[in-house]
Amino acid sequence: MSTVTYLEAIGQAIREEMLRDEAVFLLGEDVGTYGGAFKVSAGLLEEFGPERVIDTPMAEAAIIGSAVGAALMGMRPIAEMQFIDFITCGFDQIINMASKMYWRVGMPVPMVIRGPAGGGTKGGPFHSASPEAWFFHTPGIKVVVPSTTYDAKGMLKAAIRDNNPVLYLEHKLLYRLPELREELPTEDYIVPLGKAITRRDGEDMTVLTYGAMVYQCLRAAQTLEQEDDLEVEVIDLRSLSPLDLETILESVKRTNKVLIVHEDTLTGGIGAELSAILAEDLFEYLDGPITRVAAPDVAFPYAPPLEAAYLPNAEKILTAARKLAAY
Amino acid sequence: MSKETYLHIYYLMRLTRAMEDRTRTLFLQGRIVGGVYTAQGHEATTVGAAMTLRDGDCIVPQHRDLGMHLVRGGSPRAVMCQWLARGNSPTLGRDGQLHIGDMQHGIVPPISMLGESLPVACGVALTMKMRKRSTIVLASCGDGATNTGPFHEALNFASVQKLPVVFIIENNGYAYSTPGQKQYAIQNLSERALAYGMPGESVDGNDVLAVMEAVGRATEHVRSGKGPALVECKTFRVRGHSEADKADYVPQALREEWLAKDPIQRFEAYLTEEQNLTEAEKADIAARVKETVDDAVRFAEQSPASDPSTVADYVFAPDGPTAIVGEPDADNPRFINAIDTRTGQPFTTMIDARHIEDARFVAPQEVVRR
Repeated sequence: MSTVTYLEAIGQAIREEMLRDEAVFLLGEDVGTYGGAFKVSAGLLEEFGPERVIDTPMAEAAIIGSAVGAALMGMRPIAEMQFIDFITCGFDQIINMASKMYWRVGMPVPMVIRGPAGGGTKGGPFHSASPEAWFFHTPGIKVVVPSTTYDAKGMLKAAIRDNNPVLYLEHKLLYRLPELREELPTEDYIVPLGKAITRRDGEDMTVLTYGAMVYQCLRAAQTLEQEDDLEVEVIDLRSLSPLDLETILESVKRTNKVLIVHEDTLTGGIGAELSAILAEDLFEYLDGPITRVAAPDVAFPYAPPLEAAYLPNAEKILTAARKLAAY
Repeated sequence: MSKETYLHIYYLMRLTRAMEDRTRTLFLQGRIVGGVYTAQGHEATTVGAAMTLRDGDCIVPQHRDLGMHLVRGGSPRAVMCQWLARGNSPTLGRDGQLHIGDMQHGIVPPISMLGESLPVACGVALTMKMRKRSTIVLASCGDGATNTGPFHEALNFASVQKLPVVFIIENNGYAYSTPGQKQYAIQNLSERALAYGMPGESVDGNDVLAVMEAVGRATEHVRSGKGPALVECKTFRVRGHSEADKADYVPQALREEWLAKDPIQRFEAYLTEEQNLTEAEKADIAARVKETVDDAVRFAEQSPASDPSTVADYVFAPDGPTAIVGEPDADNPRFINAIDTRTGQPFTTMIDARHIEDARFVAPQEVVRR
């Protein structure tokens, strides 16, 4: 039994769902003959043909809008954004068309929009986006961010089977990371949306994070254990909308301190909402300020020193965690 | 066409006009709280275009296309419930205007962002193509929407994929207050078709028979699998953008010129001269129209208001099996896209939704709260 990468797990999920359900199909730029800019869909055109693996013109509103139309017909389209940054070109279809549809007229829109997100690849301001906060703010669309190979497959399958629009953000830095290679179950499995997972147990502090930042947080947690004798609990949110409040609140009630880490910018980010929820619901449990580590409120920069300065990392997390631990 | 069909078209055009006239009255009386957008002058275009369709076809209307809804069996009661924001309207009071439709009956509900429905039309047509059906999609937009990116993305994508879509441009002279010459630099909007490699023609949108002929040619082309087609129906919006708009930017002479080309009067003159329309038939149709409109308003006014306790409900659709619309058994209520799972009842947009008679409003079983 061989191991697969995070990227291969995504391709497997698409393929297996297409085999399982004839309503599932893939559309996007260069997804067919070329196999996708990152080769996520390599081989799918040969296996399923051009009617189910559709190379589209460079037109995100047409890609996402067509997915909405097909989903209204009961199909289960997977719309690929070549880079998730380009989702802005199809924004209206998501915000005003797909997300309001069931609420407005009672018709489900079972579709997935997926694509490579996140920075650290010298992608600059238009190939590094973490767009989750825009959609997290929008009722009617689910937002998920898998961080492991197992989750990448299981959550994509769950997203495809969900009866709602789901934004599935795959971190391009994780695509081929050797450390993330995993042997996956041979039988069909899903990872239910809306459930967080504790990646590391601890009693001294809760770290809430998701995506590639999970690994930076785990590294920081290890250092805190070795150098500071602190047991830090790291929760991988995985699903931003809906949020798993049960897991989050249970942990923070126990640790009484919370650090929130995300790659997206600070203001109005996921951390802002988490902070508000925790301040409202767990005011009497908190022994220190709710603390956030996030990117500064600027666009994503290109030059390596700027990129490094911009992205949160284990070191920045350590500094913030130590400050919080001192309370 | 049989005389019966001619009379049916005439009835639908008059019903469209009468429904909108009554809607305007309700607005002026303060009984409709939001914006009212009507389409006096469009009746030949909306009714004529939709008359070319068959069972299983789908319409993707814009906000002024009451005529299309009525041709396809849209319920006047549901329309009035929608205008009056009743709790049993097709949107349960969540939305207003003609933003109604359901896929079981082949109507994609519009949104206010004009042009955005056209990519959605492509997705419906893509499904028909993938399922190897002979059905087609009729998608409309106004002259204003032809300036949007989604219009061009949709026409291009439809043509590249040879999708079965007839695009109708209802060119009514103005996008709100902006006249055609400030919107585009070509003579006929059907010229857009050339750029996308599809047939296009412009037609007198106030002549219902000419519209049916032109759109009929387009539907025939599209149904044969040759890809999309475009028809520009040149008409005129003789009222304002909304009823809050006096439209004093429209030159009086221009408005009068178009009022003289009123599509209903023209069709009536044709029917009288060529199809032997009698005074008795006219009176009968007028009575049926009045009765239908009265019934719709009465029904809507007796319907329950939206329940404020449901304000946070229906954000997410429940789990459960879905069918591919139009396949055998797809209307089986075990499929969550076969009925309105918010109410657990059939969709209420169509005239054959008989349950609307008793205006029951059942508390939803599977409400997903955010």
